[in-house]
Amino acid sequence: MNKFWPLFFCFWPIVAVVAFWISPAMNWWFPGMAMSPLGQQIDNLFYMILVIVGLVFVGTHIGLGYVLFRGVAHEDEKKSWFSHGSHKLEVLWSVAPAGILLFMSLYQLDVWMRYRVKSHFPDEVQPIAEVTARQFEWRIRYPAPGKALMPTPQPDDLYTVNDLHVPFGRPVMIRLRSMDVQHSFFVPELRIKQDAVPGTVIPIWFETVDEGDFDLTCAELCGWGHYKMRGRVFAERESQFQHYLKTLQAEQDYDGVRELGSTGAQIAEYSRGPHKQAGH
Amino acid sequence: MSTLSPTADVHGHGHEGHGHHDIGFIRKYVFSTDHKVIGIQFLMTTLLMLLVGGALALGVRFQLAWPWRTVPIVGEIVFSGEGGTMSPEFYTMLVTMHASVMIFLVIIPILAGAFGNFLIPLMVGADDMAFPVLNMLSYWFMWPAIFFFGLAFFWSGLDAAPAQGWTSYPVLSALKEAAPGAGIAQTWWLMGLTFVGVSSMMGSVNYMTTIINMRAPGMTLFRMPLTIWGMFITAILQAFALPVLTAAGFMLVAERVLGFNFFVPGGLIVNDSDPTVGGGQPLLWQHLFWFYSHPAVYIMLLPAMGMVSDMLAAQVRKPIFGYKPMVYSMAAIAGLGFIVWGHHMFTSGMNPALGMTFMISTMMIALPSAVKVFNWIGTIWGGKVRFNTVMLNCVAFISMFIVGGLSGIWMASVPTDIYFHDTYFIVAHFHYVLFGATLFGCFGAIQYWYPKMFGRKMNETAGKLHFLLTFIGFNGTFFPMHMLGIAGFPRRYADPYIHPYMEHLMPMNRFMTLCAILMGLAQLILIGNFILSYFTGEKVGRNPWQANGLEWSAPSPPGHGNFDIPPVVYRGPYEYSSPLIDDRDYLMQTDLPPKRPVEKEQDNTSSNDAAEGQG
Ligand code: HEM
Ligand SMILES: [Cu+2]
Ligand SMILES: [Cu+2]
Repeated sequence: MNKFWPLFFCFWPIVAVVAFWISPAMNWWFPGMAMSPLGQQIDNLFYMILVIVGLVFVGTHIGLGYVLFRGVAHEDEKKSWFSHGSHKLEVLWSVAPAGILLFMSLYQLDVWMRYRVKSHFPDEVQPIAEVTARQFEWRIRYPAPGKALMPTPQPDDLYTVNDLHVPFGRPVMIRLRSMDVQHSFFVPELRIKQDAVPGTVIPIWFETVDEGDFDLTCAELCGWGHYKMRGRVFAERESQFQHYLKTLQAEQDYDGVRELGSTGAQIAEYSRGPHKQAGH
Repeated sequence: MSTLSPTADVHGHGHEGHGHHDIGFIRKYVFSTDHKVIGIQFLMTTLLMLLVGGALALGVRFQLAWPWRTVPIVGEIVFSGEGGTMSPEFYTMLVTMHASVMIFLVIIPILAGAFGNFLIPLMVGADDMAFPVLNMLSYWFMWPAIFFFGLAFFWSGLDAAPAQGWTSYPVLSALKEAAPGAGIAQTWWLMGLTFVGVSSMMGSVNYMTTIINMRAPGMTLFRMPLTIWGMFITAILQAFALPVLTAAGFMLVAERVLGFNFFVPGGLIVNDSDPTVGGGQPLLWQHLFWFYSHPAVYIMLLPAMGMVSDMLAAQVRKPIFGYKPMVYSMAAIAGLGFIVWGHHMFTSGMNPALGMTFMISTMMIALPSAVKVFNWIGTIWGGKVRFNTVMLNCVAFISMFIVGGLSGIWMASVPTDIYFHDTYFIVAHFHYVLFGATLFGCFGAIQYWYPKMFGRKMNETAGKLHFLLTFIGFNGTFFPMHMLGIAGFPRRYADPYIHPYMEHLMPMNRFMTLCAILMGLAQLILIGNFILSYFTGEKVGRNPWQANGLEWSAPSPPGHGNFDIPPVVYRGPYEYSSPLIDDRDYLMQTDLPPKRPVEKEQDNTSSNDAAEGQG
């Protein structure tokens, strides 16, 4: 008779499924393909879970809708079905999900180990930069071109803020630190996230598959300016990366008397900038 | 009710008269030790706080939809300094206080405080709680908590209120230089938290004692309604988990005020301060906090699971499908709940080996949750469903819980959680379980037990309208959060759109905010219905839902001491549609066992004699 409510409870899961279905086309989805091999594996795991979860969601809602419709149909009967349950069904619906859940968790372990367990890191991976988060920026320290990154700052180290350059096509490692409170190093396109914990240095590694620049955001509440810790990760060819380090070195060594080369001109431009502004 | 005997009635009146005689207004309605009054006090307070928390949430939603615009209605007054727009400090404060109010002043106390208090003695057949004075104190400790949260809010100005999130991770929450709100306001916030904790602890001790010791004759453990099981397990959870939070809170206060050093490592330069000294560990707080707060999310759910089971059985006129599996799965959830806290810390930098163990235990906790869902669906299966407000809210509970439980799977698996952690995916998840499940369950429970509280029914049409608008508004607000999460939209951002990859998500956020406003307005219907029904609602007798539980054998509302005839229990609470009798489809826990062949007169035998015989 009154089928409105059963229909209502069947209608909304349909809307939900449709919403998920159209989301990639509407650009309500991942910010592009994963740009790292591990990120692609994470995406695959996401889609695997999506299939399982989607089936369970649809299945349970079909079940729910069915019993609700039946509930309307039973309206004229004098009494409901007198049943306290079924042992067989209980066993079935405990064992089956247990198997699926166990499978899912064991299936994930490999990616996690490669992402985070040191002994499973790629062999050749070396730290190329130290990223120190602070309210509200990312400070970056590179070793001088041709040198290795030392745990403690060296006199010839190179410093920048917010722009992290890395070579693509090989695994690279970052030493992540924080100078004040917790932050979190989140690069959505690479699918990496790691909290920066004061007092601890945490190694993270990733490999970008192609050139590009990716947004770097902070994913751990770190104060009022949390939202504006915008940084960028530039993945570039090895030679470009080396060139970038040299440019940085030139900028850093610039003492204001040398003849204006191309980079020197930029620096001069840059240092005049604020004064101009102040004049306004 | 047909089983009443005249003698019992006389006795009942005598008792009631005595109870009412010598207590004045204050003792009766303000500093009352009657569990029903305390329960209703909790209910009113938490509904009030629900409005406060909701208003804060609308502030958050406004900023996400129209960042840095003049805030309507309150903008000119509250933010006159900034030309009517909110500051980022204020935004982080809103996020923090919204969550703190909703979790500590609404969800936890509405379940354990309001419904726990009102229902436990009535459902186990006791005349009151084991420790009535303690019970009264547990309510009155809520007010210092509210006071301190309020103080945190206003003491040093709205821009310097606590803004470290409800999780309050140090270092941010430990050093006053770290944020404007990390000064004295943060200490007030911690004081508020401590009072909430003390209040919960007093309730918890009381509930355990009452349920263990004060059950009516015949009320064996496995004849207890699932609501009582939910409350019982919750009380145990609280007793074991809460001390850890309280200790952590004291440690943080000691660190902030007395110069102790637990959480802050040395050598930090915060906001150009002098370097810190000492050797604390920030992750220690996260472990302690989540050791409490993961069990706490089940404290915020298990009672609702129990109540929904009871309401559902009554509305579909069927026994609960798999009563014992329901009990065992609640126990399993509680047990496993203690070994999954690390799933909040997968990206925190803790030992990666822990990531694996916590992932497996977290996946396993989805199992009892799934079993419960299947059993609820099984309960509806083959029932004569009454599609009233109570039922609608219960079905919404099940449906929304499925969504929240399933999104949990992505977060339980570490690799995908690397991506989803601290994005809106998490926000979607916990709103589906806390609002979608728990709060819809509470809406149903208010409608269901209101007649017992006040002797009148709430209006059905208004109830259904409230349900419909809330359900639509809720899903419109929170379902898109899954997509935001997938798009990598972080939580607690005052202005996400300065990041190019999120720019295009603003229209979606506007849509969500409009839905949130709809949902907020719909709550006015609930409040209106709640208040007006007190005066105009249809008057009802003892058992308006033809339900089985002990509470329905007491008068509506029950007098002081609850039962006019001491209840004796002959069976479990779910014997609906029993073939043992054929003139009605319910068999109350107190009904005498029907003689075979069933004769109608048999029903009228005095249960009082039986009570004496058995008790
Ligand atoms: C099927 C069972 C569930 C699973 C597998 C699950 C899993 C998780 C995981 C892994 C997280 C952490 C995600 C992250 O921060 O990265 C989380 C967060 C959360 N869950 Fe669940 N969950 C489940 C059920 C529930 C229930 C029933 C509730 C509450 C009634 C709940 C409330 C929360 C809350 C409040 C948070 C977020 C806390 C915060 O960061 O502010 N969850 N859940
Ligand atoms: Cu941040
Ligand atoms: Cu948890």
